[in-house]
Amino acid sequence: MDKKNQIKSVSYAKWGYIFIAPFFITYAVFSLIPLVDTIRNSFYEYYYSGLKVIGPTWVGLQNYISLLSTDLPKYAWNTFVMWILGFIPQIAVALLLAAWFTDTRLKICGKEFFKVVIYLPNLIMASAFAMLFFALFSNAGPVNSILLRLGVVGEAIRFMESTLGARTLVALMNFLMWFGNTTIMLMAAIMGINPSIFEAAQLDGCTHTQMFFKITLPQIRPLLTYTLITSLIGGLQMFDVPQILTGGNGSPDRTTMTLIMFLNKHLQSKNYGMAGALSVMLFIISAILCFLVFKMNMDDDPDGSKGAAKRARKLARKEGKA
Amino acid sequence: MKRKIICLTLALLMGLSLLAGCGGGSSTESGGAGGANTGSAEDGGGSAAGGEEGKIINIYVWNDEWQKKFNANYPEVKETSNDLSITYLNDGTEVHWIINPNQDGVYQQKLDEALTKQASAEADDKIDLFLAEADYILKYIDPEVDVALPIDELGISPEDVPNQYKYTQEAVTTADGKIRALSYQATPGMMVYRRSIANAVLGTDDPATVGAAVADWDKFYETADQMKAAGYYMYSGRADTYRVYSNNVSGPWVQDGNVVVDQNLMNWVNRSMEDIQSGVTHNTPGQWQDEWNKDFGPDSKVFCFFLPAWGLDVCVKPNVDGTSAAEDWAVCPAPQNFYWGGTWLIACRGTDDPEHVKDIMLKMTGDTAILRSLAEKNGEMSNDQPLMEELAQSDQFGIEMLGGQNYLGVLSSAAANISLANVSPYDQGCTEELQDAFGDYFNGKIDMDKAKANFETAIKERYPELAAGEVIWPDA
Repeated sequence: MDKKNQIKSVSYAKWGYIFIAPFFITYAVFSLIPLVDTIRNSFYEYYYSGLKVIGPTWVGLQNYISLLSTDLPKYAWNTFVMWILGFIPQIAVALLLAAWFTDTRLKICGKEFFKVVIYLPNLIMASAFAMLFFALFSNAGPVNSILLRLGVVGEAIRFMESTLGARTLVALMNFLMWFGNTTIMLMAAIMGINPSIFEAAQLDGCTHTQMFFKITLPQIRPLLTYTLITSLIGGLQMFDVPQILTGGNGSPDRTTMTLIMFLNKHLQSKNYGMAGALSVMLFIISAILCFLVFKMNMDDDPDGSKGAAKRARKLARKEGKA
Repeated sequence: MKRKIICLTLALLMGLSLLAGCGGGSSTESGGAGGANTGSAEDGGGSAAGGEEGKIINIYVWNDEWQKKFNANYPEVKETSNDLSITYLNDGTEVHWIINPNQDGVYQQKLDEALTKQASAEADDKIDLFLAEADYILKYIDPEVDVALPIDELGISPEDVPNQYKYTQEAVTTADGKIRALSYQATPGMMVYRRSIANAVLGTDDPATVGAAVADWDKFYETADQMKAAGYYMYSGRADTYRVYSNNVSGPWVQDGNVVVDQNLMNWVNRSMEDIQSGVTHNTPGQWQDEWNKDFGPDSKVFCFFLPAWGLDVCVKPNVDGTSAAEDWAVCPAPQNFYWGGTWLIACRGTDDPEHVKDIMLKMTGDTAILRSLAEKNGEMSNDQPLMEELAQSDQFGIEMLGGQNYLGVLSSAAANISLANVSPYDQGCTEELQDAFGDYFNGKIDMDKAKANFETAIKERYPELAAGEVIWPDA
């Protein structure tokens, strides 16, 4: 009897905990502790002057206050502009390519080949890609020599010295690097749609455009949300491309300086207090942005019943009051 | 059964890979025990000579310039590894080269990181020797931070290197009267010009005549107008003239916690802007980049550069070797005296190879035979005053690149007059930020006030300790 009870009380639950423990330990060591440390640092004056450590001394919110007096909004705007300049063509081209590649009536040959080709730029390291563009578009670079030799321009175009040129180059690189990735994801989403819906639509005489806007787009909405959020977070973290293209200066006139480049400036001067404060601010900004986008795209009332119930309740309350 | 074994093996492997990350930590302890006899060097530093020598010498540098000079001239060198990252010495010691680029302060960042870990690093991982330039050497020889070994602790006295230019020692003598670094070069500047263009425009490439045509700034710009009229550019870009101005300032960059911009630097800004507008400069945005390198090349229309002796080997040679411009050069004095750079060797506190480091420093900066070879083969202006003065008078001394001209005649009087009184630990940062901030101004993107504001922002980002101070601009 006793024996039987003992066997009954053997719990396998602990194995579950043991098997998921590695993740939580790694997370704590490599993410949680640094995160807490960053937040702690943001309240201290703590930097290196040459090789001498200054601080850490508790300064409360001083770092946040001095951050607000910098050009932070300008850098946020720069980041946003360069992100949106790259994101719009990226999503447009990706949608178009995904629609073409998944269309059963269009017989595109070499589909697999093209899929690989459009994904290739993503395989190159961003920094290497930026170096390549820096060389290509430099004042004495090949793009300028070709333009000069063809007689398109009279003298070399100084791409990197104008705001428009530099921002466009950054956006172009981000677009080239990511449209393939997005295309592949959207294709997966489109292929997940039940083909019978398309067949039914075809039988009913739907045009291509109608099918795209009335069936494909609504059906892949969750994945579009996902793409938007990941791209937004990626955009906020935009760093290596503009950093390398402009030598870390965000030239011209700091108009390509992104938030993370600004953060890097503080890290470079080993100013851990300010860098911490800036990181905490970025953390809050990205949290808010994600929440907004998520709310915007999440349709928690697909058939309108919730809204109707809400209106009814409101009406009932009003009447009750009256 | 078989499946069980596979499962177990996989689980073990996973466990091992998890632990692998900690492996570095645990091995430090055993390493620490093995390297215990080097402990005296770590703690005392001064008593270094008593300890046993390590087998690996770590040297931090920012390019392969000195590495090549070391490999070619240090007598103990036996061979190098294929990728050149390791140099083997005759007694079996390995010299490991750690190279990080100088631009944007990367070299200093990596060096600083390693220096903060110096005390806890294993004997073989400790920095033994590092190089520093005039722009930031004061940061490292500061007695308070104590990362540089005074040379007397290594057993070197100034009498061991009697021939060195006095300024190279005075510049690195700290408030406590100790010398913490030794240099192998003197870096007075000169004007390096293209013989073919001089012939075409001035009718002669004779250094005396060309020198007279650029004897002061007024004459320099008269010549510049002739160059322009003939379709050439006088110089490459504003960064080229920068040192000529920045070495003739009246005070250091940082005074009492404030950044003081010297009048002469604003003269540089104004003059550069004028030159860009009038087109006497090729308007290259900076140095050490593709465009600038091409300006040295055979197809370039740029007449002159301002370089110290090391520039012949580092800047000119790689761009003209094997081309028609390979021997198309000559030198004359610049319109104003200046110097640029200067590299010092610093023995690092905590080194486990003090004897090797001492020998390297002594030989590379004080051995007349090596210094002579540096001058003859590399176009270096070596740190040996009597030798340089002897070579300056010599008819035989001359290098092919300059068509056999003896450039030391131009330099040796200037070298004795160099003063580094106005250097500060902030020079590299201030120089880079000033050139970057005003770059947009030169390109016509922003006005002067915006450029000044951008400079102030950048300086306060780069040096948090200066954030409380002001940036003081000259009146004019």
